Amino acid sequence: MREVAIVAAGMTPFGELWDRSLRQLFADAALEVIEKAGVDHLDAIYVGNMSGGCFVGQEHLGPLMADQIGMAGVPSTRVESACASGGIALRTAYFEVASGASDLVLASGVEKMNDGADVTNVLATAADQELEVYHGITFPGLYAMIARAHMEAYGTTLEDLSWVSVKNHRHGALNPKAQFPREFTLEQVMNSTPVADPLRLLHCSPVSDGGAAVLLCPLDQAKKYTDQPIKILGTGQATSPMALADRKDPAFLDSVQLSAERAFKIAGVGPGDIDVAEVHDCFAISEICCIEALGLVERSQAAGAAASGLTALGGKIPVNTSGGLKSKGHPVGATGIAQVIEIFEQLRSESGARQVQGARLGLAQNMGGSGASSVVHILERM
Amino acid sequence: MPSPRYWREVPSRLRLEAARCSGCGKVNYPARAICPGCRGTESEKMTLSKTAKIITSTVIHIAPDDFLFEAPYAIAIVETPEGARFMSQVVDCDPSSVGPGMDVSLEFRLIRKEARSGILCYGFKAVPTASWEARS
Repeated sequence: MREVAIVAAGMTPFGELWDRSLRQLFADAALEVIEKAGVDHLDAIYVGNMSGGCFVGQEHLGPLMADQIGMAGVPSTRVESACASGGIALRTAYFEVASGASDLVLASGVEKMNDGADVTNVLATAADQELEVYHGITFPGLYAMIARAHMEAYGTTLEDLSWVSVKNHRHGALNPKAQFPREFTLEQVMNSTPVADPLRLLHCSPVSDGGAAVLLCPLDQAKKYTDQPIKILGTGQATSPMALADRKDPAFLDSVQLSAERAFKIAGVGPGDIDVAEVHDCFAISEICCIEALGLVERSQAAGAAASGLTALGGKIPVNTSGGLKSKGHPVGATGIAQVIEIFEQLRSESGARQVQGARLGLAQNMGGSGASSVVHILERM
Repeated sequence: MPSPRYWREVPSRLRLEAARCSGCGKVNYPARAICPGCRGTESEKMTLSKTAKIITSTVIHIAPDDFLFEAPYAIAIVETPEGARFMSQVVDCDPSSVGPGMDVSLEFRLIRKEARSGILCYGFKAVPTASWEARS
C-alpha cells in the first residue's frame, strides 16, 4: 500500500447557520480545500453524513454534492456510521489512495441539524430502535447510564464530569470557528438544566450545522499541493454490540480500545508517543471513557484528568484543543473530519493561541452511537 | 411503528421469550440466529424470570415526543437471574431513588402510544420490590 498524506483542509464555522443549507455547507468546505490545494479535478469524493434523510429529507448525497462543486461525473459516495460517519469517510478515502486506485480524493463530512427536524428522535436512530428507543431512552440518557456505571465502578464524580466541560470551553474560547467560544465556570456547569441524570445541559454537545473537508493524495505527490503535508500514519476501526445492555461492561468503550489498538499497530507508535489528541466528547463522560480506552492516560487518572490539567492546553497530553464537540459544536457527520482538521493544523503549527508547541504526532478518535462504532487516525508531521 | 413491526416483537416484548445457547449457555434476549458469545447456532427457547437487578440507570428530564408528558422518568439496564440484560423503565417509585443494585420485579405495562398508527404498545416495566423499599 502507498503512503498517504493530507494536503489541504477546509471547514465552515460550526453553529446554528440558518443562512446555509446542507449542500451549501458541503460546498463551502469542499471549495476551500480545492482552492487551497490548487487542484482542477478530483478522482473521488466521500461524504460523511449521518442522517440527511431524517434531518432535511435529503438522501443520495454522493451525486448531489459532487454536482454542487461542479464535479458531476466523479465517483462520489455517502458514508454513514452515525456520529462516526466523517471519520469513516476519511478512512475509506485513505484506502482508495493507499490502494493506488486514485490519487486525489476528497474526504468530507456534513450535517444540517437546525432545519426543523426533531433532533432527539433523529439522533436516537443511532441507538437500537427495538430494544432501547422503544422504551423511551434518549442519547443523553444512554451516556448518562454509562456515566452512572462509571461512577459506581470507579468513584467518578459529577465534578470530574464538569471539569471536562470547563476545560473544553476554555479551549473552544480560543477557536474562532467554535459554536460556543466562551468559558463556563464549574458552578455554571454543575447547576445547568438537568437533561438525563447525572448529565446536565453543559455536559452535552450542542445541536450544530457544519461542513468539513480534507484532500488526500499519495505522500510522494504531496509537495505538488502544499509545503507541509501531514502523513496519515495509521487508521483503525472497530464495532461493539449496538445495545448498551449487550456490552460486557457499560462503563467501558471496547470499540474505542480496539480501534486504537489497530491504528497504533499500523502506525508503529503507542499512546505515550501522542502529543495532541481530539477525542469524541459528545458528552463529558465520553471524553473520560475515551482517553481511558485509548490509553492516553492511566485508567486511575482518567476521571480527574481535566481537573488536574493533564489533558488541558499546557498539560502532558492536551485533549480537544479545538474545544471538542462540547464547545466547537457537533454537526454529527462533519465531526470526524473536523477533528482531523484540528490535528492537521496543530501538526502544521497553524493553531494560534491553541497551539501545542512542537506537536509531531496527533490522534483523532470519532465514535458512533453510544460507542457501537469507533474510528481512530494517527497523523504525523513530516 | 407499522403494525407488522410491532407484531414481530410480540414473543420477546410481551412474553419475555429468550434463547439459551446450547453451545456456551449464554442467555440471549431476544433470541438470535447466532449466539454473540460463541457463534453457536443451536439454542433452546426459554422464558425469563420476572425479577431483575438494576445494573445502571438514569432519569430522563428531556424526553422524546412520545414520552413528553411522562418526564421525569427513570430508565435502567436490568439483569434477570438468567443473566439476560435489557432496557426498561422503572416506575411506581420516586425516579431519583432508582440506582444500581436495586431489586425490581418486571410487570406488564403500556409502554407508549403510537401517535400516527394509534397502536397501543405494551411491554415490561420494572417496579422496585417491596423488600427493596423496606430496606431504604
